[in-house]
Amino acid sequence: MTPLTAILLRDMRIAVRVGGGALMAVLFFLVVVTLVPFALGPDLALLKRIGPAILWLAALLASLLALDRLFAADHEDGSLDLILMGRAPLELVVAMKGVAHWLTTGLPLVIAAPLIGLMLNLDAAAEVALVLTFLAGTPALTFIGLVGAAIAVTLRRGGLLLAVLILPLTVPVLIFGVAAANAAVLGPVPFGAPFTILCALTLASLVIGPFTAAAALRQEMD
Amino acid sequence: MRLSASDLACRRGGRDVFAGVGFSVASGEALAISGRNGAGKSSLLRMVAGLLRAASGRLALEGGDPEMTIGEQAHYLGHEDALKHSLSVGENLRFWAGFFGAGNAEIGEALVAAGLDTLADLPAAYLSAGQRRRLSIARLRAIKRPIWLLDEPTSTLDAAAQRRLTELMRAHLAGGGLILAATHSAIALEGVQELRLDPPRGGGE
Repeated sequence: MTPLTAILLRDMRIAVRVGGGALMAVLFFLVVVTLVPFALGPDLALLKRIGPAILWLAALLASLLALDRLFAADHEDGSLDLILMGRAPLELVVAMKGVAHWLTTGLPLVIAAPLIGLMLNLDAAAEVALVLTFLAGTPALTFIGLVGAAIAVTLRRGGLLLAVLILPLTVPVLIFGVAAANAAVLGPVPFGAPFTILCALTLASLVIGPFTAAAALRQEMD
Repeated sequence: MRLSASDLACRRGGRDVFAGVGFSVASGEALAISGRNGAGKSSLLRMVAGLLRAASGRLALEGGDPEMTIGEQAHYLGHEDALKHSLSVGENLRFWAGFFGAGNAEIGEALVAAGLDTLADLPAAYLSAGQRRRLSIARLRAIKRPIWLLDEPTSTLDAAAQRRLTELMRAHLAGGGLILAATHSAIALEGVQELRLDPPRGGGE
């Protein structure tokens, strides 16, 4: 087993066990989205129009939930010290933790999105577009979040700082994720343009996130 | 292999913890670091591990792998046991073996030596403080690294476990390893060098 698969498997195992964040994020997502029709009333046309935006907002908040524990838990129990003494590059270890986080929180959101989309009166075309934008966009949320999680690692109540730091940075992902999903439903803008930009944002965050987070961790340890 | 330090200084939170510290430890030798609370014993070990930057001075390892840092060739046994509560005893040890690129071959043996083989499937949350420490020490046995940095290794251990740890340390030294241990109690090993950390001039009380 290589160091990186060891990290990946460990983090996924912890996430799905008792007290892990995997189930919590998808349940939070379902609860938030379920509340919306109750608040707005049964106006089907309205729900259909704002559905993708609601789903994206809920996904954004849900993916932040488990993020603050991502490095803080390892810091508190001393694991982070040992990880820093490993021979695997910290950037790749951080990226692997991000992958594990996405697989246990982002991917369940992608799977749950079409089911919950029915509650917001989304039709088949919108569902497909929404799943595609989730699949392309949620990794960006995780990898941008890595930076905040690394900066807040030594703070006891890092979750709040994490949200304040990270939410502004996720605005582009939100804009183009919702724009792509809406384009497929309402037109007249083509789906391709915002979707391509969303993919580009994700690719950029996959590179920038781990490097920035690793630099922050090294700085914090001192 | 020889680990040497000269004129090391440590500054934490704007306060000088120690200065002018030097030592030289060769393969098969142990260094016991003593000093009162807050003298910088843990900081010195973390510096050697590469987890803390020295304010000044230098650390060098002769005869080690030049491609790797000192920390990458060292084991660090800190105050925290680096265990995940939701993982079982066996999973915790297997993870660190996998992460540090060691095989699974030694894991069973290390668990037996730590007296934890019957608890291998138990979540680590249910372990006592002493058992957690023993599991942490099993990591040193399962994964081969030449330098051991031990911070109060005997705390929470009972007499039998302390004897086993001493034997493990003796075997490590006999195998050409070297040990730096911060401790309040004497180490029952032969030929241990002593390093006493005192507050720098003008510091402390």
